[in-house]
Amino acid sequence: MALQIEQTAARSRPRATDEIDATTRLALYRSQFEIRVVEKRAYDLFLQNLIKGTSHLAIGQEAIAAAFGVAMKPGDWSFCTYRGHAHTLARGASMTGVLGELMGRECGLMGGKGGSMHLTDVDRGVMGSYAIIGAHLPIAMGAAWSAQYRGTDQVAVCFFGDGTTNIGAFHEALSMASIWKLPVVFVCENNLYMEYTPISAVTPVKNPAADRASAYGLERILIDGNDADVVYRTAQSAIARARGGAGPSLIEALTYRHHGHSRADPAKYRPTEEVEAWMKRDPIPLYRQRLIDFGVAESTIVGVEEEIKQLVDQATETAKASRPPADELIYKDVWADGGWAWRN
Amino acid sequence: MAELTYRDAVAAGIAQEMERDNSVVCLGEDIAAAGGVFKATVGLLEKFGPLRVRDTPIAEQAILGAAMGAAMTGLKPVAEIMFSDFLAVCWDIVANEIAKTRYMTNGQISLPLVIRTGNGGGSRFGAQHSQSVENWAMAIPGLKVVAPSTPADVKGLLAAAIRDPDPVIFFEHKALYATKGEVPDGEHIEKLGTAVIRRQGSDLTIAALALMVPRALEAAEKLQAEHGISATVIDIRSLVPLDTQTIFAAVAKTGRLYTVEENPRLCGWGAEIASLVAEELFWDLDAPITRITTPHVPLPAADRLEDLTIPSAARIADTILKTID
Repeated sequence: MALQIEQTAARSRPRATDEIDATTRLALYRSQFEIRVVEKRAYDLFLQNLIKGTSHLAIGQEAIAAAFGVAMKPGDWSFCTYRGHAHTLARGASMTGVLGELMGRECGLMGGKGGSMHLTDVDRGVMGSYAIIGAHLPIAMGAAWSAQYRGTDQVAVCFFGDGTTNIGAFHEALSMASIWKLPVVFVCENNLYMEYTPISAVTPVKNPAADRASAYGLERILIDGNDADVVYRTAQSAIARARGGAGPSLIEALTYRHHGHSRADPAKYRPTEEVEAWMKRDPIPLYRQRLIDFGVAESTIVGVEEEIKQLVDQATETAKASRPPADELIYKDVWADGGWAWRN
Repeated sequence: MAELTYRDAVAAGIAQEMERDNSVVCLGEDIAAAGGVFKATVGLLEKFGPLRVRDTPIAEQAILGAAMGAAMTGLKPVAEIMFSDFLAVCWDIVANEIAKTRYMTNGQISLPLVIRTGNGGGSRFGAQHSQSVENWAMAIPGLKVVAPSTPADVKGLLAAAIRDPDPVIFFEHKALYATKGEVPDGEHIEKLGTAVIRRQGSDLTIAALALMVPRALEAAEKLQAEHGISATVIDIRSLVPLDTQTIFAAVAKTGRLYTVEENPRLCGWGAEIASLVAEELFWDLDAPITRITTPHVPLPAADRLEDLTIPSAARIADTILKTID
C-alpha cells in the first residue's frame, strides 16, 4: 500500500500551470490546520477527563474534509461518520459548538444530546454524523433524491471509511443512486484499517471502493487523500458532475490516521515502517510547503496559524465555562411538538 | 359514503394527500407499475407520474434511507416495506436513524415520513411473511405506530400519518386488504393517537388491534347471543401515541379487561396496557386482566396450524367464558 500511495502521489503532483488560486490555497490550509488543532485539543481535553465517552480523531486525514469543505457550496449537504469532527468543522461549524458537544455542555452543537459521534449543524449543511457503519449512504442518497425531485442544484456529499465498503448499505445506496442518477458524491477515506484490522485482510479487492465502482456503472477514481489540491480538484469535478445532472461519483481517497481507531486504541497493530512512511506524508506540513513553493509568504502562513490557535483556545475556554445541559432536555424533542408524550 | 376495500382505501388516502401536497412522494418495491403486490397502490403511478411514484430495487435499507434523507430535506415520503417481516433487514434505519435523529440533533432535523407495511397472518405465508411486529416498533422511542382495522380508518389515519411531522409506521393488515367498508366522501382525515369504541357493553372490555378487532366483535356478538354477556370492544388504532383515556374509561365502567393481540406473547402491546391499568386503575378492576395472544412461537404455515395459533373469535369467546365469574 505504501508503494501504491507513492505512485498515486506521483501522478497527482501539482502542475506548473495550476488553476487553484492563492485565496483558495490559503483556505485549504486554514481548514486543515484548524481541524488539526481542534482534534489535538479534543485529545488533550480527554486526557484531562473533560471529554468523556469515546471519540475518533481525524488527525492525518484533514486534507479530505478540508478540500470538500472548500469545494462545496453553502446549500450542499455533508453526511459524516462518527469520525466526523473534521467534516463538521470544514463546513464552518463553530469550534465552541464542536468542543462543547464533545464536553457535554449546553453550548454544544446539539446541546449535549448527540455527543462526539453525531455532530450535526443543519444551518451549515452538516446533515448529521452517523455512527452505525453504512447507514448514512442511503440517507445521503435520499437527500440527493430530494434535490433532484425539487429541482434545486444541491449536492449531497457522503464521507465514510474503507470498512464501510463491506456492509450491505454501501451496495444498496450506490446501486440506487446510480440507477436514479442522483446528485451525490460518495467519498471513501481509505485509511487502510477497518478499526483494528487491515482492510486488505477482509476485502476481496485491492482498492475497496475504486475497484467496485464499475459494479455501479461508475468511473474508477483513486486519489491521494493526503494532498488537498488533488482532493480539491477531484471534489470540484465530482460535485460539478452531480450538479449537472450526470449522477453520482464514488471516490477513494488514500490516507492514514496518525492515531488509533478510537481513543481506546493505541494502534500497535501497525508496522513501524508503515507509520513512518505515512508520517512523512502528513498532509499539513506537505501543504504548508506547497504554499511556500507557490509564493505565499511564511509570515502570512504563521499569521493564519496563530489566529487559529487563539480561536481554539478561546473556544476551549468558552466551552469549559458553559453549563451542563438543563435536565429538562431529557424530555425535549422526541417529537416535532418538542415533547415526548406517548400517551394521553 | 362510498364502499371501498381496505386496499383501495390505502391508494385513496395516499392520493388525497398527493393531490394537496406536491412534497408527498411514494417509493417501494413493485409499488408503481405493478400497483403493489397487494394492489394497495394501484392507479398512483398513472395519476401522479414516475417522479412521484417510484419503483425501487429490492433494497430495504436504500428505500428507508432514501425516505429519511428526503424527509430531512423537504419531502414527505411514503415508503412501502412489502412485508413487515422485512423491517428486520432495515431495522437500523428505523430504530437507530429515523427514530433517534430529531432527539440526537436537539430538534435540528425533522422527519415527516410514513413507512407503510403489510403486517399480520392468516395468509398461510409461513413464519417470515406473516408476523405481527407492531410491538417491535412500539418499543422504540421516536416512532408513532398505527394499525387500522377498517377502510375508513385506513384512509383517514394514513392521511393523518402523511401530514404528521413525525415518522409514522403504518401497519396494514394483509388479511384485511379484501374487506370492505364505508368511507366518507371528500377529504377524510382522522386523528392519530385516538382509540374508538366499536361496541358498547357493560360486563367487560376487549381491547383489540387490526385483524383482532373484527374477531373481537364477532366474539362479543356470540357472547351476547349465547350467554347474555355484554362486551365493550375498543379498536386501539394507534399504539403510539396511546389513547389510555378511552381504555381507562371503558375499564372503569366494566371492571374487566381483555386484550387480544396477534403478536407473540412476550412484550406484546397488551402487556403495556395491562401494566398501565394495573398501576393506575387497580381499584376499578373486578377481576385479573387477561391477555389473549398468539402463543410465543414462530407462525406455522399450514392453514390448520395457523388458524389455531392466531387468536380466533372462538378462542376469544372461550377464554372470556372460562375467566368470567
